[in-house]
Amino acid sequence: MIQYLDPVVLARIQFAFTVSFHIIFPAFTIGLASWLAVVEWRWLKTGQKVYEEIYRMWVKIFAVTFGMGVVSGVVMSYQFGTNWSVFSDKVGNVIGPLLGYEVLTAFFLEASFLGIMLFGWNRVSPKMHFASTIIVAFGTLLSSFWILAASSWMHTPQGFRVGESGLLYPTDWLMVIFNPSFPYRFVHMVTAAYLTTAFVVGGIGAFYLWRKQHLRHARVMFGMAMIMAVFAAPFQPVMGDLHGLNTLKHQPAKVAAMEGLWETQRGAPLKLFGWPDQTQERTKYAIQIPKLSSLILTHELEGEVKGLKEWPRDERPPVAWVFWSFRIMVGMGLLMVTTGVIAAVLFLRKRLFDSRWFQIWCMALTPSGFIAVLTGWFVTEIGRQPYIVYELLQTSEAVSPVVGPNIAVSLLAFIATYTFVFGAGSYYILHLIAKGPDATSKAYGDHGIKTPPLVTTIGAKSGGGKDV
Amino acid sequence: MFSFAGFLDLPLIWYGLIITAMFLYVILDGFDLGVGILFPFAPSERCRDRMMNSIAPFWDGNETWLVLGGGGLFAAFPLAYAIVMPALYIPVIFMLLGLVFRGVAFEFRFKASGKSRKIWDYAFHFGSLVAAFMQGMILGGFVQGIAVDGRSFAGGPFDWLSAFSVMTGLALICGYALLGSTWLIMKTQDETQDWARKSAAYVLAFVTVFMGLVSLSMPFLNEDIKNLWFSLPNFYMLSPLPLFSAAAVVLLWRDLQTQREYRPFLLSLGIFLLNYIGLGISLWPWLVPFEITIWQAAAAPESQSLLLIGTVIMLPLVLAYTFYCYYVFRGKASHEATY
Repeated sequence: MIQYLDPVVLARIQFAFTVSFHIIFPAFTIGLASWLAVVEWRWLKTGQKVYEEIYRMWVKIFAVTFGMGVVSGVVMSYQFGTNWSVFSDKVGNVIGPLLGYEVLTAFFLEASFLGIMLFGWNRVSPKMHFASTIIVAFGTLLSSFWILAASSWMHTPQGFRVGESGLLYPTDWLMVIFNPSFPYRFVHMVTAAYLTTAFVVGGIGAFYLWRKQHLRHARVMFGMAMIMAVFAAPFQPVMGDLHGLNTLKHQPAKVAAMEGLWETQRGAPLKLFGWPDQTQERTKYAIQIPKLSSLILTHELEGEVKGLKEWPRDERPPVAWVFWSFRIMVGMGLLMVTTGVIAAVLFLRKRLFDSRWFQIWCMALTPSGFIAVLTGWFVTEIGRQPYIVYELLQTSEAVSPVVGPNIAVSLLAFIATYTFVFGAGSYYILHLIAKGPDATSKAYGDHGIKTPPLVTTIGAKSGGGKDV
Repeated sequence: MFSFAGFLDLPLIWYGLIITAMFLYVILDGFDLGVGILFPFAPSERCRDRMMNSIAPFWDGNETWLVLGGGGLFAAFPLAYAIVMPALYIPVIFMLLGLVFRGVAFEFRFKASGKSRKIWDYAFHFGSLVAAFMQGMILGGFVQGIAVDGRSFAGGPFDWLSAFSVMTGLALICGYALLGSTWLIMKTQDETQDWARKSAAYVLAFVTVFMGLVSLSMPFLNEDIKNLWFSLPNFYMLSPLPLFSAAAVVLLWRDLQTQREYRPFLLSLGIFLLNYIGLGISLWPWLVPFEITIWQAAAAPESQSLLLIGTVIMLPLVLAYTFYCYYVFRGKASHEATY
C-alpha cells in the first residue's frame, strides 16, 4: 500500500486542494471590499440608511469570508517550503522577494485596517472608517498584484539567469515582475473577482426581490450588480481573448490542449465539445465548427495552429482537464454576458426589478463567478504541466524530500479540516443572508454585540498603570 | 542590477530582520494564543466574551507576522526555508491546522448561538493549544539540529520528535499562557482580571521550571553551545541574561500579589526577550542548526537588496499603523458584552 503513495502526485493533490479552497475566498473578498467602499461612500454622501444597513449586513459576510481567506492563506505561505522545497530553493531568489512584498505592502495593511473596519465604528470618525474600508480594498488589489506577478512569472519566466547548481538569479526586476503574461492575467483575474462578487450580490438581491423581502435593500444590491453585469461582463471575454493570444505566443501547448487539437493544421476547426483521449491522441466525438479556431487564434481563416503532437508525449499537459475546464469557464462567461444583455433590455423596458424569471435566473447564477474562477485557474495551471516553471523546472523535480505517507496524512487532515471549517463558514454566511439587512441592530460591524467590543475607560482613570 | 552587497553585510541584516519579525510574532500572537489556551478555564461565559473581545481586533494582524516570518525566510534565505520546512513537516502542518481552527473561531463564535457556540469555544481553545505546542516542538526540533545532505533535508520524518522537543512544546504553552494572562490583567477588570492574576501566578511557576529545564538541557545538545556558555570569560559576559530573567520572574511574582495592571505584561515580554536573546546567541551563526550558516543560506544579493528597499520603507509604516490599531482599541474590554 505505502509504496503506491507517490509523493509527487500527493503533493500536487494537496497543493491543488489547498490553493483551490483558498482562491475562493480572495476571489470574493477582492470585489466585496471594493463594493463595500462604494456602498459606504454612497452612505456618507447621501446619508440614506439603506446603504448603512447594506454595509452592516455585508461587512459581516466579508468578515467571515476574509477570516477563512486569512487562515487558508497562511497555509499557502508554508506550502512552498513543506511540499515544494526544491522549487523554493531553485527559484527563491526570483519569486521570494515578490511574496515578501506582498506581505509587507498588502497583508499587514489588510489585517490591521480590517480590525478598524469591523470593530472601530464607535472609536474612529466616519471618515477614518471609510478610509479603512478603502485601505482594505486597496490592500486586496495590491495583494493580487504581487501574487499574480509571481504566478505569471512561473508561466512566462524572464529576467533571470541560471547559475551554479541550477539556481536562478535575477537579472532584471522589472522584467521579472512585468513578465509577458502578467498584465493579462492581472486584469483578467481582478475583473473575474469583481464579477464573482457582482453575481453573488446580484443573486442575493434577486433572492430578496423574489421573496419580496427587504425590497429597498434588494433593489440597491440587484441594481448595482446588474451595472457590473452590463458593463464589466462583456469586457471579460475580450480580456480573455487577449490573454489567450498571449498564451498562444508563450505557451502554445496549453492552447492546443484548450482546443483539443492534436494535429498541427491550417484552417483548424473549433471543437465545441468532445472527449480528448490522451493515449489515442485524438479528440473523440467532437462537434466542431470549421476554421473557427484558426480565426479566433490567428485572426485568419487559414492560419496555422499547432497541435499537441508537436510536443513529445511526456511534455503535454493533461488534455481533458484543460479542455473541459476551459469550456466550463467560457460557458460561465457567456452566461454572465447574457445576463448583462437581458438586464439592459429589461431596464430599458422598465421591468428590471419585477421580472420573476430573471430573478430566478440570477439566483441560479450566484455561484457562476466561483466556478469560472476555479476552472479558469485549472486551465492555466494544469495547462502549464508537466512544468512548475514553464520549460525550466518540471513539477516532478520540484517536490520536497518528504515521504508519501506524511503527505497522505496531512492531505487527509486538510480535507477533513477544510470541509468542516469552511462548511461551517458557508452555513453562517447563508444564515446571515437569510437574516438579511437587519435594521434593528444598533451598531454595525459589532458581530451582534449590542455594545462595542471594547469600551474606553482609560481616559476616565488617572494614568493607566496605577492601581485601581 | 543593483546590489548593496558591496558595502552592507546583507545576510546579517536580513538575519536581524527575520529574527525580529519572528520575535514580534511570538509575543504578539503569543498573547492571543495564550488567551486561547486559558479560554475554557475562565470562571464564566461573560469572562470568555471579554477575553475574546480583548483580542478580536488584533489577532489577524498578529498572525501576519507569521506570514512575514515564512515569506521573509523564503525570500531572504530560500535554502534554509527549503530545508527546515520538509524537516519539520508534521509539526508545521499541524500548527497551520491549529491556526485554521482558532482563526475562524473568532468570526464563527460571534455568529453561532447555543450549543454550536461551544464547538467554536473548543475550536478556539484546542486550535490555540495545538498551534502553541507545535510551535514549541518546531523550536525544539530546530534547535536540536537538522540532518542535511547537499542542498536538502536528509533526515527521517520524525527526526524532530524527542523528549527535548516535547519539553519545548510544553514550555511554550506555558509561556504563551503567561503572556495571555498578563495581557488579560491589562485589558480586563473585575472578575476576569482577578482570575487572570491568579492564572498568571500559576503558570509563572511552570514557566520558571521550564525555563530552568530548557536552559540546563541546551548545553547537552551540542558541544559548541556548552563551550559558548561555560567557558571564561563568556560565562561572565553572558551571566546578565539568566540573572535578569530571574529578576524579571521575581518582580513579576511580586507584581501579581499587587493590583498592578501594566507591568506584569511588560515583564512577561521581558522574560520572552531575554530567553529569545539567549537562544539566538546559542544558535549563532547557524540558520539551519549546525549545518548551514546565515551566509550560506542567503539568497542572491540582488534579491536581498530589492526586498531590503521595500522593508526599509514599509516596516516603519507597518509598525506605525499596527501601533495605531492598538491605540484605537486601547482601554478595557467591555464587561457588558452580552448577546
